[in-house]
Amino acid sequence: MDQPLISVREVHKWYAGVHALKGASLDVKAGEVVGLVGDNGAGKSTLIKILSGVHRPDAGEIRIAGEPVDIASPKVAMRFGIETIYQDASMVPMMSIARNLFVGREPLRFGVGDIGIIDHERMRRESTQALANVDLHLRSPDALLGELSGGQRQGVAIARAMHFKSRVLILDEPTNHLSVKETAKVLGFVRGLPAQGVTGILISHNLHHVVESCDRVVVMARGEIVFDRPVNETSIEEFQEYL
Amino acid sequence: MKNLFRIYLEKPELAGIVLLVLLTTVFELRSGGAFLSSDNLRGILGLLPEVGLVSIGVTVLMICGEFDLSVGSTFALTPMATSLLIIAGVPAVIAVLLGLAIAGAIGFLNGFITLTFSIPSFITTLGMLFIVRSLTIVLSGGFPPLLPDDLDTSVFTRFVGPGGLFRASFVWFLVIAIASAAMMAIFNLGNWIRATGGNLEATRAMGVPTIRVKIFCFVLCAMMAGFGGVMQVFRLHSPLPSIGDGLELQAVAAAVIGGTALTGGIGTVLGGVVGALLIRVIDNGLVMSQVDANWFKFAVGALTIFAVVSNTWLRRTARRMKVTN
Repeated sequence: MDQPLISVREVHKWYAGVHALKGASLDVKAGEVVGLVGDNGAGKSTLIKILSGVHRPDAGEIRIAGEPVDIASPKVAMRFGIETIYQDASMVPMMSIARNLFVGREPLRFGVGDIGIIDHERMRRESTQALANVDLHLRSPDALLGELSGGQRQGVAIARAMHFKSRVLILDEPTNHLSVKETAKVLGFVRGLPAQGVTGILISHNLHHVVESCDRVVVMARGEIVFDRPVNETSIEEFQEYL
Repeated sequence: MKNLFRIYLEKPELAGIVLLVLLTTVFELRSGGAFLSSDNLRGILGLLPEVGLVSIGVTVLMICGEFDLSVGSTFALTPMATSLLIIAGVPAVIAVLLGLAIAGAIGFLNGFITLTFSIPSFITTLGMLFIVRSLTIVLSGGFPPLLPDDLDTSVFTRFVGPGGLFRASFVWFLVIAIASAAMMAIFNLGNWIRATGGNLEATRAMGVPTIRVKIFCFVLCAMMAGFGGVMQVFRLHSPLPSIGDGLELQAVAAAVIGGTALTGGIGTVLGGVVGALLIRVIDNGLVMSQVDANWFKFAVGALTIFAVVSNTWLRRTARRMKVTN
């Protein structure tokens, strides 16, 4: 059966009296890349924050591979294989690339409970491998993240998601603040997701980016999903109407 | 320029170390060789563990992106409680542990209030500075109690090492400093602390329990301050309710001089130690080179401003560099 990988059913969310999500429903199939567009305050961020475990829905249901789930925290989201990449803020500039790749999931040489001594050797080795897997060739995993360009940083974030075998990668405006050339590179990463067996959700303000790199376009407005169609059956002119 | 930025991010304490060597040389020359004499070094190194521990705690907490102004008061309350317990007949070891538990509770409260109500830790701990100092004075009843004469304090005060250069407290300090540095460098917890201070949102999104990490740093900081206070009181043999007054600002100055950024994420334990040592060296060196000791605070103040200005300048230069690249 063609069961959706992620199924959002009638989800509501209120923030201090503001009805941010008004019964949004969305199905995402395995191996597709969905472009999520909408004006500021349309509810895109709220929806992806619920999927990535930052917020919890006030009503409604999320299913992963048909099973109802409670994504209580980012850690739980990651356990379900959902990784999120934010604008340019998903990294710590004053730490090394290797430390950034593994923060929160450091390989341990020895540990009691969650706390232990990092296996630096393994972390460095796996970092080099993870970067090479997304075709990112950097001098050394010990270089500070702050020394990289914005596009390279997003590359590192994507390498991180790939390395931890995420099934779903949510990219929240990943090309903000990037140069044209670097934007092309990041969109290239996005297009390459299905080939790596990863499902993608791309949030973007730029409609051209969505058309270029996604299979399906979903438009949100005022907390609802107002348009949902495969990219090759629509045009920018058509779905722009709904924004 | 790119290398300068790298050096600053990887070794933010380097400037402090250079300054330390420089000032030591100057003081040694000005004092005609008396500054580095073993008698004088014994004086400097005897006091360092007590304030150095506070600096380490404050440094780690600042790396985590928070602040503690109540360490000076905790530095006084912990030994006050410990002393009263000892006088009441509680065995010394248990009294010290209970005192540290009180310090830990203060740290927990600092963190809990700050994080629950999302207010700046600057304010929470400023309030706690007054509350804890007041409790200390109330507990003392106005008269500093005297520790029993037969209390064995040699575990902290005995002179050890070549020529009796160090007090035992210095060994405690060294062990704790090395453990803290190791925690920051090779433990995953250190990675979480730095990441939490460097980019809170992202670190939370990566599944790091940032609230618990911060609470841990608050508790650690307060316990370090409490332990420093206990060591000082065991040396003085009486818990004066006024000890540690102003220490909170000296500890922040030490951290900053050692390269810790006020914004979190940048800094090292070694930097905190270097900063604390630098302050002790200035304090002592001014006296030894026969400069009016009242210039001490002037020098620490100037050094603090200089450290922050140069760190900010480096960071801004680094940012400009990235844009042009």
